[in-house]
Amino acid sequence: MSETTIGNLADPAARKALTDGVERTPGSAKPDPILKVDTIVRQFGGVTAVNVDHLEVQKGLITALIGPNGAGKTTFFNLITGFDRPTSAGKGAHWAFDGRTLDKTGASAVAKSGMVRTFQLTKSLNRMTVMDNMMLGAQDQTGEKLGLSWLKPTWAKQEKEIAEKAEGLLERFKLLAKKDDYAGSLSGGQRKLLEMARALMTDPKMIMLDEPMAGVNPALTQSLLGHIQSLRDEGMTVLFVEHDMHVVRHISDWVVVMAEGQVVAEGPADTVMSDPAVVDAYLGAHHDTDLGDDSLLEDDDPMEKQIEAEVEAEEGKA
Amino acid sequence: MSTTPTWARPRARGVTGLMALLSLLAGLLLLAAPTASASTTSTLCMPSDETGCISGTIGSRVDPVAGVTVTLLDENEAEVGSVTTGDDGKFSFSVDAAGTYYVLADPESLPDDREVLPPADDVAGPDDSTTVDATLGGTSAIVINVRSVDYQAGEASLGTQLIQASAQGLRLGLLLALASIGLSLIYGTTGLSNFAHAEQVTLGGMVGYGLCNVLGMNLWLGIVLTTLICALTGYAQDRVLWTPLRRRGLGLTQMMIVTIGLSLAAQYVFQFIVGGSTEKVVVENFSNVEIGPVSLTWLSLVAMGISLVVIGLVGFVLLRTRVGQATRAVSDNPALAAASGIDVDKIVRGVWTAAAGLAGLGGILYALTVSNGIRWDTGMQILLLLFAAVTLGGLGTAFGAFVGSIIIGLVVELAGPLGAPGDLKYAIALVILILLLLVRPQGLLGRAGRVG
Amino acid sequence: MDQFLSILQATVEEGIAPTTAGVAIAVIGLNIHFGFTGLLNIGQAGFMLLGAYGMAITLTQGLPMLVAVLVGLGAAVLFAFLMGAPTLKLRGDYLAIVTISAAEILRYFGRLAALEPWTGGAQGIFGKNFQPAFIELSFFGGGRFDLLPFSYRDAGGTPVRVISLLLLVVVIAALVMLLTGARTSKGPLAGLASNRAVARWGSIGLGVLTFLLVFFTFPVSLPRTGTNGWWVRGVAWGLVALCLLFVWLLVRSPWGRALKGVREDEEAMRSLGKNVFVIKMQALVLGGMLGALGGMVYVLTSTVQADAMGRSLTFFAYTALLLGGAATIFGPVLGTVLFYSARILIRNAANAYVPDGWMSTQQTDQFSYIVVGVGLMLLVIFRPQGILGDKRELRFNV
Repeated sequence: MSETTIGNLADPAARKALTDGVERTPGSAKPDPILKVDTIVRQFGGVTAVNVDHLEVQKGLITALIGPNGAGKTTFFNLITGFDRPTSAGKGAHWAFDGRTLDKTGASAVAKSGMVRTFQLTKSLNRMTVMDNMMLGAQDQTGEKLGLSWLKPTWAKQEKEIAEKAEGLLERFKLLAKKDDYAGSLSGGQRKLLEMARALMTDPKMIMLDEPMAGVNPALTQSLLGHIQSLRDEGMTVLFVEHDMHVVRHISDWVVVMAEGQVVAEGPADTVMSDPAVVDAYLGAHHDTDLGDDSLLEDDDPMEKQIEAEVEAEEGKA
Repeated sequence: MSTTPTWARPRARGVTGLMALLSLLAGLLLLAAPTASASTTSTLCMPSDETGCISGTIGSRVDPVAGVTVTLLDENEAEVGSVTTGDDGKFSFSVDAAGTYYVLADPESLPDDREVLPPADDVAGPDDSTTVDATLGGTSAIVINVRSVDYQAGEASLGTQLIQASAQGLRLGLLLALASIGLSLIYGTTGLSNFAHAEQVTLGGMVGYGLCNVLGMNLWLGIVLTTLICALTGYAQDRVLWTPLRRRGLGLTQMMIVTIGLSLAAQYVFQFIVGGSTEKVVVENFSNVEIGPVSLTWLSLVAMGISLVVIGLVGFVLLRTRVGQATRAVSDNPALAAASGIDVDKIVRGVWTAAAGLAGLGGILYALTVSNGIRWDTGMQILLLLFAAVTLGGLGTAFGAFVGSIIIGLVVELAGPLGAPGDLKYAIALVILILLLLVRPQGLLGRAGRVG
Repeated sequence: MDQFLSILQATVEEGIAPTTAGVAIAVIGLNIHFGFTGLLNIGQAGFMLLGAYGMAITLTQGLPMLVAVLVGLGAAVLFAFLMGAPTLKLRGDYLAIVTISAAEILRYFGRLAALEPWTGGAQGIFGKNFQPAFIELSFFGGGRFDLLPFSYRDAGGTPVRVISLLLLVVVIAALVMLLTGARTSKGPLAGLASNRAVARWGSIGLGVLTFLLVFFTFPVSLPRTGTNGWWVRGVAWGLVALCLLFVWLLVRSPWGRALKGVREDEEAMRSLGKNVFVIKMQALVLGGMLGALGGMVYVLTSTVQADAMGRSLTFFAYTALLLGGAATIFGPVLGTVLFYSARILIRNAANAYVPDGWMSTQQTDQFSYIVVGVGLMLLVIFRPQGILGDKRELRFNV
């Protein structure tokens, strides 16, 4: 992609120039937004999980979505990807991706439009091989049409191309050696990688990663971060939820902070953490601690995290 | 839903579970063993290469007429044989030539208040007999329907019929509710659709038959004891079968298929022990009580009262006690409940025990008042009504199950007077269920947003 | 010994009966639903009933066979749409409840006295009223039970039987060795089986040979059905083979891959841009059509009777599927054949060897069903992958 007016976003200076021109207030306007969200409210019973007035995501950048547990990040992901319907549907809720209105679009159509997500609790297809997982990611397969599927010659050539592409991606994610193993036999971290690679098989315009680093071995994290950055450099937009502040600071060009369902702050990683609203948002859970202290965030009680994740997943299913 | 890996579980548990399962089945056999000698099997006809069978029932499966003389005539209206129906209203003839035969029920031998319903035109033979085509090596089945002599009188007022049917519907609904609340609680706490729940209902009737009829126990004591024994089977079942399977991490679908297997095995265990006939829980008949246009046996009224009290009790426990609170917490989110210090296994075991006890109570009362006896497939007949009730009210909500049961009970009983022929009244209940799912998939009382 | 042989004969007869073939086809359909797509259809008997009624009623109206088959299949397609549309977007349980309810509704309607002119009510439609149209299509000519020198009743006399029995033992042994050789690289034929093409075509060839030999070793008598023995048998099992081929072609394709994806995780599939609803609907319709076809084959030698295709038949179908191995190609057929023969074996053996004082003739029949029920439970608990399934697949929960 070439955004000539903005400059080449593979260049850090161009990115800095871009973000410098953006207001550091919640819901600020971006020069070239790929995703625009208005008035999205989601209530569970009486509890408001998400209440976002306005949010724009800049094309071609890595945007991080952070916030304390229960801030509504995953629910927000679910809402804009069509996995959940806002309570405010028909009452002002409106969001558009790449110029296309998604208010009533189902999850699969959202994915087809180029906005592809991964899940916090990895959804690998366990009783299928790693390769089959990957192959499913490819779009517009002739062989997936029931009428033609039993005639192998109609899809054999395309199948071969898809397989080559899948192997290339697996290579990049260090999973090629496992390609004939069942996905269920992979470790948690490997499944995260598989899910990300599978999402890339769809050739997305924007990839939405829900805690991509959780459970991934530290040695791999580095190369994974490299992959994400090179995706951006190739022109893809990345939006990701992450708890690891090192990661956030290391790769994100822009950070959006959510708390209690609302967007409370936006800005570049190095400045946003000192925003009083952000400190407020985190204070409830972590007294007297520096928000940059990663060990604190990582050492969260694993049991608590697990439950949190499950509760969120339950809600996400709705 | 738990995300714990499943292949790490020790295999030994499954073996224990198997042993326990077998001992449970053995227990079932022992439990009902004394009844075997008491049941009279009806005359049976097994077809072979050279012979064919003609068999049938006078009356209906749920309301058979005993002691009727049935005569078989051949094509030339010559008498081939004559038998008298047994307690289950059944008769059978063995023939050694294929062809057309006529079956005639002697009107004189029917009870005074019954008469034979004339057969449909296309099977009508001479003298109100029923035509049947016999084949060698096969059984040809016929049903000769009877009706009350005074049914004409009832025809007079649709209003009266509707009121009477509503009362019966309320009775059916309350009894269904006893079983469906348990089904719903099990679904709520474990996510399991238990297809063997119907057999728990049958078990209630069977145990009641064994205690009250065969052993001659006092009816009230029998009802209490039946409930306790059935509750015990629920407890044992969870202890030896479901808990180990949950620990093994068996998927819900697989567990559901296990319940299908259990249901199949249990049905044939009932048949094996008691036979294929309908057995009465108590021999005596109960006098009718007339309240305005409604006429029900006094036992029906008592049964409805018992149901109401017990259901009220369940509601009280669920809403007002710590155990009830814990149960609802487990239904809501097992992982969170476990993390907040609730012993999920204990709650689930309690639910199984209560569910089986309630189903057993429902079973014996159903056999006493609605179906006029118990048969191996009595429970199976109402299984879908139970599922319909639970789904109608909203999967996994106990109060939804109660409301759903009452609605299903009323629909089934009112369908007849409103013009639905025969068995179709069950079909109508199911059609309503499917239609409701179209409009409101979460059921009447279910919460929106958790489905899909 | 005579008793033993007659039990064996009855067992094999049941295993290769046309009705077993009919159920096998329906189980192949159920495998598409449950095994490959994960759809919990507990109303497969309803599809069978619909196919059987559709065909038989059309034939009794005097229409040609082809129309009758199309009517049966069309009815199944419609039925699948009606059940799928409201439920396939909801959780799996809803499909289960709706399919089992809808199948029961069909059964109640089939029994309805008011519909007797068409459905025959509780007694059903007798074979003589619709089977002639099928028998007329036979190209086996005059001798209804003869094929070249072989008669359907004795398949060429004692010498043929003895030779084919011996051959059968050899062929089965070779097949088993080849298969274990291919899977574990052990056994006398491991070297041969290491070549994948040899292993594949060899086992297919031996499988077909086994099948043919069984036919000649255990001739079947169907004196009472009045159907043309070789013709009905050939059509029934020929259709089974065709269905297997069809399913194999579909399952190896990207479409088959999408089916399995839906089974594993619908949401993941949605996130990859797949229209899960459409895939599930296609699977439901396709499996339902196979169910209807199975129902038609099922009644080729019997009566179309509503109660014969009730819930129990669906449960048997599940048992057969799990026995053979869900999500395998040959599993449904192997499972069905073994299931039906095993039940007859248990019943007849109990009849012959258990004293009447312990179990009456009637009770042996019930006993065989108790074994079926317990067997289903044990199978799901201890060998959920069935005979042909891959154990590794089952280690991972969905």
